[in-house]
Amino acid sequence: MSKSTIAINGEEREITLPLSLGELIKQNNVSQPDMVSIQVNGEFVFRERFDDTPVNEGDEIDFLYFMGGGR
Amino acid sequence: MDFRADQIERYSRHILLQDIGVEGQEKISKGKVLVVGAGGLGAPVLLYLAAAGVGRLGVIDGDVVDLSNLQRQVIHFTPDVGKPKVLSAKEKIRQINPDVEVVTYQAFFTAENAFDIIGGYDFIVDGTDNFPVKFLINDACVLGGKAFSHGGILRFEGQTFTHLPGTACYRCAFHSPPPPDAVPTCSQAGVLGAIAGMLGTIQAAETLKFLTGTGDLLTDRLLSFQAKSMTFRTVALRRRRHCPVCGEHPVITALHEAEQAVCELKKNETYPFI
Ligand SMILES: [Zn+2]
Repeated sequence: MSKSTIAINGEEREITLPLSLGELIKQNNVSQPDMVSIQVNGEFVFRERFDDTPVNEGDEIDFLYFMGGGR
Repeated sequence: MDFRADQIERYSRHILLQDIGVEGQEKISKGKVLVVGAGGLGAPVLLYLAAAGVGRLGVIDGDVVDLSNLQRQVIHFTPDVGKPKVLSAKEKIRQINPDVEVVTYQAFFTAENAFDIIGGYDFIVDGTDNFPVKFLINDACVLGGKAFSHGGILRFEGQTFTHLPGTACYRCAFHSPPPPDAVPTCSQAGVLGAIAGMLGTIQAAETLKFLTGTGDLLTDRLLSFQAKSMTFRTVALRRRRHCPVCGEHPVITALHEAEQAVCELKKNETYPFI
């Protein structure tokens, strides 16, 4: 267990490693995990891989939300 | 193109802009723009592009105006309830600016008609309200080599980016539609009316920048805003080597529609998932 700093949507965050992307989503109270697309350091991560993708010190993580409206 | 005196006057605030001028206004007046959906986003886009004097405005929408649309779809007025949206939109565009040629398609944008329709336009604006058509517009524009503006709104939030051939596409960031059972249904979701105007006017500005070659387009960047805190942020997007439609080995080489009706969500997602 170690304290690490990452950036979520450009804001610095202290987290405790080890941690998976799936766990990070839960910690951030994302109400609809299926409605988020994630980039880690600019790279797209498949939804199926969220639980086995580890978060690393210094990662820049972007939560991109699906927005389907327009009418 | 020789502008008449009344056109010089009508477009004088564009012509005064150093970055636009008479030349830029000529480009706008020769521009051909397709707006998919004459709803919350389509309304402000059409109104501003009509006022700007875009040469040809295509509008595709298969719906009729409903009373519940009027809270945000500002191109439609109370007496228009029950009228096809494309007709209602055309009437307003003609009143705003008789210079604009309006082409209406009273239909929905589908895998069958997509290429035929976008072929006649320089720039496409996504003003639709569901993921299958948003992905279809992306795929049709990527495969057809067309520039487009993506737009999405939900509750108090909006997001948009602009695609030019060679830059990141919707699938580079979002890959494929979210699981249909996760998508909030239309009646559950709701949207603050003015959000449609905030996002639609960004899309209209991008369209005019594209037509005139002005400034830096919103390419390889996703702009999102949250109006409750009124914060805007921009995330870098990257064209992905493994993107299913614009990557090195695309698996999407023809158009298909995901089966997900508006407001009536079904399970089957027909796009291949790699
Ligand atoms: Zn792509």
